[in-house]
Amino acid sequence: MRLAGKTKTEVMEGDLTPMIDMTFQLIAFFMVLINFSESEQEETVQLPDSSLAKPADQPFDHPLIIHMDQENRAILHGLRMPIGGLGPYLTKEIRSLEIRHGVGPESATVIIRAHRLSQAGRVQELIKKCQEFGFENFALRAIENVDAVKYTVPPN
Amino acid sequence: MKIRHSTSSGQDKIELQMTPMIDIVFQLLVFFIMLFKVVSMEGDFNIKMPQASPSTTQNIEPDSNTYTLFLSDGGFYQVNGPGDRTTTRQRVGLRLNDNDYNSFPDVNREIASLLESVAGPGSGRDDSAEIELEFEDTVIYENVIGAITAVSGYQDKNGNIIKLIEKIRFAAPNGPGPVINE
Repeated sequence: MRLAGKTKTEVMEGDLTPMIDMTFQLIAFFMVLINFSESEQEETVQLPDSSLAKPADQPFDHPLIIHMDQENRAILHGLRMPIGGLGPYLTKEIRSLEIRHGVGPESATVIIRAHRLSQAGRVQELIKKCQEFGFENFALRAIENVDAVKYTVPPN
Repeated sequence: MKIRHSTSSGQDKIELQMTPMIDIVFQLLVFFIMLFKVVSMEGDFNIKMPQASPSTTQNIEPDSNTYTLFLSDGGFYQVNGPGDRTTTRQRVGLRLNDNDYNSFPDVNREIASLLESVAGPGSGRDDSAEIELEFEDTVIYENVIGAITAVSGYQDKNGNIIKLIEKIRFAAPNGPGPVINE
């Protein structure tokens, strides 16, 4: 009895080159977009919406971002503190501005990212605190929301 | 003289192992995907507030181009959102130049009509107009941003943003404000 011999098994080789190309494309995409800076975002701070809050055309020259959480505490560089405790940190920021950029606090812009439920009186207190140290330019930050209420004046 | 020949007749094909490289590439991809965060665009309302000593406080004389908007705390309420989500909001009383209003759109319409009565219809922004925002201490930041949005501009029928008042300043927090109609 003649037994059939072993059939030849062929190995199917898929071409992985396009897949590697796409993977490198994805890596490049995420590398360009990724932002390791933590100071601009604070997850506990939920900003209010505004349809007129447009991003600035150019970034601020010397921004200083101060967050305020729902409990009306200031957050600077990840440190939570009462508004009254900001003094030494603001002094350090001013010194850093003078050493690195040769400018004073009047050239910096304090960007206030306050929680939508924080008290506006505390925001004012924060502004006054910064004013005591010479800061003059402030920016109140809100989320640009094109779906927010858009005021449309009815035609006469 | 015996010349040694290599046993293989052709050239050796050197095959590169791509598997470890693909593994590392996928590791990198997963790393960057985990770190990636989609954030909403944020905009700013700029305020310039130079420090003024009490002795040099500017006495701003109210004129026809200076408006005052007062916000008072009307209490909190819950709004049901999608699913089981509830959002906390605050009622706010609005007083613009001694007149009471119920909502920010009403204030927006009034500001637009006041400015147009000064500068003409469709003119929108009046560069000389200023508004002073006063609010009770417990008014939330969201409502202050709402007030700034209401006085800053509106959208016309063509979808263009018409700016109203750009000079906005804050006043010190004040006492009880207008009564909110419930």
